[in-house]
Parts: sequence; structure tokens; C-alpha cells
Amino acid sequence: MAKYKYHILICGGTGCRASESDQIHKQFDIILEEKSLEEDIQVIQTGCFGFCEKGPIVKIMPDNTFYTQVKPSDCLEIIEEHIIKGRSVNRLLYEDPETKEHVEDSKHMGFYKKQLRVALRNCGFINPEDINEYIANDGYLALANVLEQKNPMAVIETLKKSGLRGRGGGGFPTGLKWEFAAKNKGEQKYVVCNADEGDPGAFMDRSILEGDPHTVIEAMVINGYAIGSTMGLIYIRAEYPLAIERLKIALDQALEYGFLGDNILGSGFSFNIEIKYGAGAFVCGEETALIQSMEGNRGEPTFKPPFPAESGYKGQPTNVNNVETYANIPVILNKGWEWFSSIGTEKSKGTKVFALAGKVNNVGLIEVPMGTTLREIIFEIGGGIKDGKEFKAVQTGGPSGGCLTQSHLDTAIDYDNLLASGSMMGSGGMIVMDEDDCMVAIAKFYLEFTVEESCGKCTPCRIGNLRLHEILEKICAGNGTREDLDHLRNLSNVIKDASLCGLGQTSPNPVLSTIDNFWDEYLAHVDDKKCPAGVCRELKRYEILPDACVGCTVCARNCPVNCIDGERKQVHFINQDLCIKCGACYDKCKFNAIIIK
Amino acid sequence: MEKIKSLADLKKRQESLKSKIDLRDRANDPESHIQVKVSMSTCGIASGAKHTMEILIQEFNRHKIDAIVTQTGCMGFCFAEPTIEVRKPGSEPIIFGYVNEEKAIEIIEKYVLNDILVEGIIPANYQSIDNK
Repeated sequence: MAKYKYHILICGGTGCRASESDQIHKQFDIILEEKSLEEDIQVIQTGCFGFCEKGPIVKIMPDNTFYTQVKPSDCLEIIEEHIIKGRSVNRLLYEDPETKEHVEDSKHMGFYKKQLRVALRNCGFINPEDINEYIANDGYLALANVLEQKNPMAVIETLKKSGLRGRGGGGFPTGLKWEFAAKNKGEQKYVVCNADEGDPGAFMDRSILEGDPHTVIEAMVINGYAIGSTMGLIYIRAEYPLAIERLKIALDQALEYGFLGDNILGSGFSFNIEIKYGAGAFVCGEETALIQSMEGNRGEPTFKPPFPAESGYKGQPTNVNNVETYANIPVILNKGWEWFSSIGTEKSKGTKVFALAGKVNNVGLIEVPMGTTLREIIFEIGGGIKDGKEFKAVQTGGPSGGCLTQSHLDTAIDYDNLLASGSMMGSGGMIVMDEDDCMVAIAKFYLEFTVEESCGKCTPCRIGNLRLHEILEKICAGNGTREDLDHLRNLSNVIKDASLCGLGQTSPNPVLSTIDNFWDEYLAHVDDKKCPAGVCRELKRYEILPDACVGCTVCARNCPVNCIDGERKQVHFINQDLCIKCGACYDKCKFNAIIIK
Repeated sequence: MEKIKSLADLKKRQESLKSKIDLRDRANDPESHIQVKVSMSTCGIASGAKHTMEILIQEFNRHKIDAIVTQTGCMGFCFAEPTIEVRKPGSEPIIFGYVNEEKAIEIIEKYVLNDILVEGIIPANYQSIDNK
């Protein structure tokens, strides 16, 4: 085998590929061939590094040099300077936003310092399309050990002791779930991987499948062996073409190597995996709705009990776990439950992946030990709020979660603390908001999503959420009353209590948590007819400051409804009755003479 | 591809594949490995630093030592090229000058393996910012 001096790792996640990372790969190959360096240097496409803000990412090993925002035209310089002359290309290095210094390697970047990558251990490290790299990094070792020991109950026992809880949102203990499925009898039990990631802004499951598909396959086979199932199904949304492609390659390779199919690793145990495609309905992330959808029915949840562990897919005992949960399992079995349970808080063990989005400097995918505080995530890993603005709130748990404020910044994040603060873990979406975000509008945004995604089976969710959305629209338009605020609260509680599945039971959370934490803002909308953040269009009022206006006429010429009057070199005025609040004048004024009230 | 038939078989396969990623593996944890930097400036290259680097990589492999061999810019000892800096885990880095093929082998066999210092050490006259 050729002995390479350097490995060039290129991020092949969906985000970086959208910014031409596959072109970068091709470019490197061409240059290396031209310079006859292909024997010395290997170019590898990996999964997501997580630092999507600064993609495409190129990492040079063994130097650990981390290049950001690389363009295909930069490849020649990287080869000539870094590889041939041994000098790093400074302009492509990450610049610390505070010290303004270039950071050479990823170990010294604030973004990575606090992270502990367990579920994402192979993302950005191995080539997801090469099973050999997975094997070289302890891949399928856990499965081989499990099959060698021939003790399925011991696997379940280990998981129970590890304290692993479902990463899809519910936080149900995984070991217990497996135990139920193992105890129930059935002709053909099923193992289902829930890859129907629906939270807006969350993309950890996609990144794991794109960056390390074999870990999910390995964990599913272990799952099958532990509960006595020979058939696995991966329910993945069809909008994830790259994840599906890599998953298919991985399944073929696993079959070829004997990790899937008949008589796995000579143990006599057989297991197969099939991919099922979802059409991208949020409710299908709920396990009973997911099973309905897999059976070819409408994706609607059913009553629990019976739980899927008793009667799931085709009426058989079925175990459903989320992608991230599966990604933890091979490591737990390899390193032992003691190791895993030493990470995290008392009731939440291990790490959690969060998709950090919104108004933070370092948008991306991060993994931290449970118990890390919001402050550490937002200000140390996330690098603080964009453009030096003030932090206002962070939304966790997607449309089912709630908003947390300044006062929650030092709360240690785990399943229970988040619930106690009126939010939830969810699948790990984390959207940061600054002073320019209106909390009423945010609640409205999430409700819009829920109204769209409600399956319509039960009345409180189908109609209740629509009414909630209407009231919020009314408030944002400046027509809200104090009575509406009472209605919001009452209706929210009814929807929570009376809905059938998790979608309805949690959909009013964004409303309730913003009412609790930002009551003043609701009052400002209702009583003063003002939007303090200046977001709600109907409540905005553009005015021209007479002292600052020089009469350049730019605003009047750009106004689409001709509602600005004024002579040349004279102060201009906005006719408020005609103004549609489009903000064109505000954007065009070079003298900062137009203000939003 | 022949199917893998047992745990022992998998371990054997893993062993033979290790070299695919060990370069990356070591780089994730540089402090616990021997790190060698080869000065690769114009003068270094002209004096044969490339060959020295190849020899180092080859010898480390032959002795099955997990080492990180990287190239770096000019260290300033142009009179003593090729120069290399060797840092063993837990000890101060040592700079060796005039490292040709023979010297490279000697450094690995004496200093790296047996902690015996060899001729050609250049006293370090700089601090690197990492150490501050």
C-alpha cells in the first residue's frame, strides 16, 4: 500500500458540496497528478466537519491545519505553499473573531475546544464511502464482539447501565426500549431507524448518515441481534439524496463484507436492511405515524398503547430508534458503559449534537457533553452574537420547544433541565435570536409550521393551532386585545392536554414560552401597538428626521407607492396613510435620516 | 472481496487497514506521539531535506513507531541544513543539524529508541508561541 505523507480531507457534506467542495476535490486531483504527487498525497472526501459557517472546509493531516472557505482556485496555492514549501496559507486560516489572529489548527479553535465528538466521531475523519476506513477505525468491532459473546441480554443490560436516552427528542431510555421489544414475542420483529429529521434547522441525522453511514448500520444489526429481529428498515426522507446515496453504498459494502445478510461473521445470525422513503412530513418523525407511513397508509399517529414494541410495523414488535441514538451505540459497546455514563449529568448521560443556527458567528453542527451551559455553547463554541448585537433568546427543540432567555444562559443543558425551563431537547435544533428578533413574530413563525404540518387527525391540533396562528397574526397586525392574550394561553393549554400525539402536545410551547418570558413584548404589541424589535410590518412607522434630511430626493424616487413628498434640497415627508412599510426609503437613505419607530 | 467470517478475522483485517488512517489518527493527538518537523525551506530542500523526510518516514515505519513527520518552514539554521526538530512526548524539542540519510537513521536508532543523544544538536535559540 502506498505510504502517503499527507492526507487532504475535504468536507463532502451537503453544505460544503453546495459551495463547490466536489470541484475542490477534482482540482486537487488534477494538480497532484500534474505535479506527480499523487503517490505522496491522498485526497479524501469526508463527512461534515460541523463548521458549516466557514465552509467549504479543507483539512491537511498530519499538520491538523484547518482551511476555511476554500475555493477551487485556492487549490494550487495550498499545494505549492503548504504541501511543497511547508508554509500554511494564512489567508485561508480561521481568524479568531476576538483576537483577529489566525488559528493554525482545529485544536486551538474556540469552535472545537469545548466539543466532545462521540456520535460525530467519524464525521470529517473518515471517507464515508469506504468501508475499509470505518473498519480501520474500530468499525464493526462492537458487532463482532456481540456476536462472539452470544449474549443478547448482556447488550441490553450494557445499554441500560450506560444511561443512553433517545436522541430524537423524547429522551426515552434506549436500553429499556430494547428490553420491551426483546421480551415481546412475534413472528418477525422489526428494527427501524428513524431518519425522518423534520425540525426546521436540524441536520444532525443527515450529517451522520452522510459522514458515517456504517455506524448506523452496525448499530441496527446489533439492535436486531439483541431483540431477536432479522429485518431492519431505515425510514429516511427523500429530500436527503446525498445521505441516501451514501447509505446505499454503505449497505452494499456491508453486505459484501459479510456484516449484513445471511450468517453474519459466521455467527449464524442473519439480518437485512431495507430503505423506506418518506415524503417529508414532520409528523412522520413520531414513531406510530412513521410506522403508518411505512405500511403505505397516511402518516397519522395512532393511540399508544399498544406501543410499537408490542405491535408496530405490520402488527409485529418493532423497535424504533433515531439515527443519533444509533450512532452512540457501537462506541458504548466498545468503550464500556462506565465510560459513557461518566460523561454528562446525573440523568442525561453522554453527549448531544446540536445544530447551531440563527444569529451566532459560528453556525454549524456541534457535539457537547450533556450539562454544558447555553453560555458555553453560544458564546464560546458559537463565537457570540453576530455583529456584536445583544443576545435575546435561544429556541431549542424546534417547533415543539420553547425560547430560553438571558436568565437561562447558565443552565446546564440536559433533558430534564430543558423541560423544567419550559423548553425541550427535541432533536437538537438551536436557533439563536438577537435584539432584532420579535418574539411574537417568532411564535407566529413556528405556529405557521405546525399548522402546515399537523396531520389533521385530531381536532385540538388541526383547528386549535390554526386559531392560535390567527390570534398571533392579529396581534402582529396591531389589532390584538388583552382578551386575545388570555385566549392564547387557554387555547394553548387545551391543545397540549387534548392532542393525540407529540406534535399537538408540544406545538403551543413556542407560544407559552414566549408569553412567559417576553410578556412585555406581547403587551407592547397589544397596548401600545408597537413592535419593540421593529419586525412586525404593520406596526412599523418610518419617519424622516428633519434635521438630518438634506433633500436629496433619493427616498422619494425609490418609494414604490410615491408616498414621500418634498422639494429638492428641502426636508421630505412620508405620508403615513399611503406608506406600505416596505423599507425601501430606509435602505436607500445615505444620511441616516429615516428612522423606524 | 472475501467475506469476514469471525471476530478474529475482523481484527486481522483491521490491522492490515490501520495504515489507511493512522496518519490522521495520530494527528488528532499529537502530544502523545513523537513529532518530527523537517525544515523545508529553499536551503533545506537544496541540501536534501526531501530525501531526509522520506528516510525518516520509512525508518519510523520500519521500526513500527507512531510518529508524526511534518515539514515546516525555515528554522533559520541555514548553515546546518537539513535541520529537523524532534519532540518526544513529555520532553523538550531537540534540533539536529546536517541530517542526511545516515544521520536520520542514527537519530531514530539512538535518540528516539534509546534516548542516547547524538552529535549535531543545535542549541535552540528561539521560543515557539505554543510554549508560552
